[in-house]
Amino acid sequence: MLELKSLTKRFGDKTAVDAATFTVDRPMMIGIIGRSGAGKSTLLRMLNRLSDASDGEILFEGREISSLKGAARREWQSRCAMIFQQFNLVPRMDVVSNVLHGTLNRRSTFATMFNLYPQEDIHKAIEILDRLGIAEQAPKRAEALSGGQQQRVAIARALMQDPSIILADEPIASLDPMNAQIVMDALRRIHEEDGRMVIANLHTLDTARRYCDRVIGMRDGRIVFDGRPDQLTTGVARDIYGAGADFSEAATSTAIETLDQSNENLVLA
Amino acid sequence: MTDATLAAAQQRQTVDSIQNSYMAQVQRRRLYGGLTLLIFVVLMVSGFNVADDRNAGGFWDGLHQIGDYPAEVLAEAWEKRADLPALIVEFFPALVETINIAAVSTLIGAAAGLILSLLSTRGLARWPRLIPVFRRSMDIMRAVPEIVIALVLIFVLAGGPVPAMIAIAIHTAGALGKMFSEVAENADLKPVEGLASTGANWSQRMWLGVLPQVAPNYLSYALLRFEINIRASAILGFVGAGGLGYELRNAMAWGPGRFDEAAAIFILLFGTIVFFDQISSRYRNRLTEGQNA
Repeated sequence: MLELKSLTKRFGDKTAVDAATFTVDRPMMIGIIGRSGAGKSTLLRMLNRLSDASDGEILFEGREISSLKGAARREWQSRCAMIFQQFNLVPRMDVVSNVLHGTLNRRSTFATMFNLYPQEDIHKAIEILDRLGIAEQAPKRAEALSGGQQQRVAIARALMQDPSIILADEPIASLDPMNAQIVMDALRRIHEEDGRMVIANLHTLDTARRYCDRVIGMRDGRIVFDGRPDQLTTGVARDIYGAGADFSEAATSTAIETLDQSNENLVLA
Repeated sequence: MTDATLAAAQQRQTVDSIQNSYMAQVQRRRLYGGLTLLIFVVLMVSGFNVADDRNAGGFWDGLHQIGDYPAEVLAEAWEKRADLPALIVEFFPALVETINIAAVSTLIGAAAGLILSLLSTRGLARWPRLIPVFRRSMDIMRAVPEIVIALVLIFVLAGGPVPAMIAIAIHTAGALGKMFSEVAENADLKPVEGLASTGANWSQRMWLGVLPQVAPNYLSYALLRFEINIRASAILGFVGAGGLGYELRNAMAWGPGRFDEAAAIFILLFGTIVFFDQISSRYRNRLTEGQNA
């Protein structure tokens, strides 16, 4: 389905992503882990074509993606939705309008500038919001919502695009543990119910283990691990994060249960 | 089983009602938007017709002649192109006078605007009750066109650069005072409170507590104003305030055949404005984005 062939991104003399190569043959939920600066975001941004690759190619269902230009590139972007760490909604517009932005690629510039969306789109937007449990917030301004709610609006916008792939760049990094769980559950449900591929950059190992079918570890721009979550041992994790023996997974975790575990560890120690 | 279907039906009902109320809201918004657009179009069309009727010539009759004057200027200037360098040198002193008028008036206007802005900002003002007085006086300074002040002053002080300088400075004080005061409103009051706790007087609090915070923005606005004032001071030359504008008015009249001089002055003016525009925009970028920009 999706194939990356030695995808490379250079900024000046610095290589952010170094010959990333992997193949995904069926829709699955993939977590990309690695410390900050490892090239995770750059990789996702190249997949969405927000930024151009310096080298290598991306193939989706046999079609070359990395060289698309103009309207063809925007058409690809509409099939490859992106979710951001800081939600990237338009703060002063209402929630439904933000969700309707997912249809921008299909509608005429003129109609969208005057907020003229078809009624069935508006109904669909509210149904998606209901599926994510925030239909009551529909008429409010996006900036009036909490972080977790805003991230769900962003997911609704992504769903409105009816995409084949959903890319999530640190979707839970600015959320509290409770909202992080709601958002990750939503992403997992979308993957299971709609059969869409989800690729998420994650900053916690336990999230990757718990939600993903496949985990890719990056370090200094290179892919250093690619396998099932159960293959992700503490030793491998130390390798990915370049950490010493004092590395503790609980220290980076945001899951509520881990807190109890680490407390127990403390008591035991 | 029945509970589940009942809950699902209820859920469906809430979604329906949310959809309906949102659609109603959207329809209301579209109606208002359409009405506004309609009123706008009607006003524009009728306004154009009124203006066109009152015009000496007609807009559509005159439209095709729009290129005549520039074409003649260019043609004559091209014919006498050998004289242009000499003319540019000849008018250079007038250009310096124009820039001088702009620079002095920007300095004086910015200083006055600074004081006026601090006096008319809530939370900073020396006499909070007088805020409306200072605000209205700035409004008046902005409202009266420079050219009117300059004409009045030329009657009193006779022609020359000084009336132009005063006229532009008054306008600058009003315009910059308004912008400065908007910046000062967003200044953090904690440092001011800190200084007040040490027994500092009002001027000390403003100079040491507020100015360091707002200085980059103030400078950037003042530089923008300097560019505008170069144009203004060139125009004031038309009413006898000296500088490049005075020479331009004499040269650009249709008839005496001095279009080569007009072209030389246009080149000087254009070059100057581009020059200062480039310098000040680079400097302003550095101020707002930090040293590495």
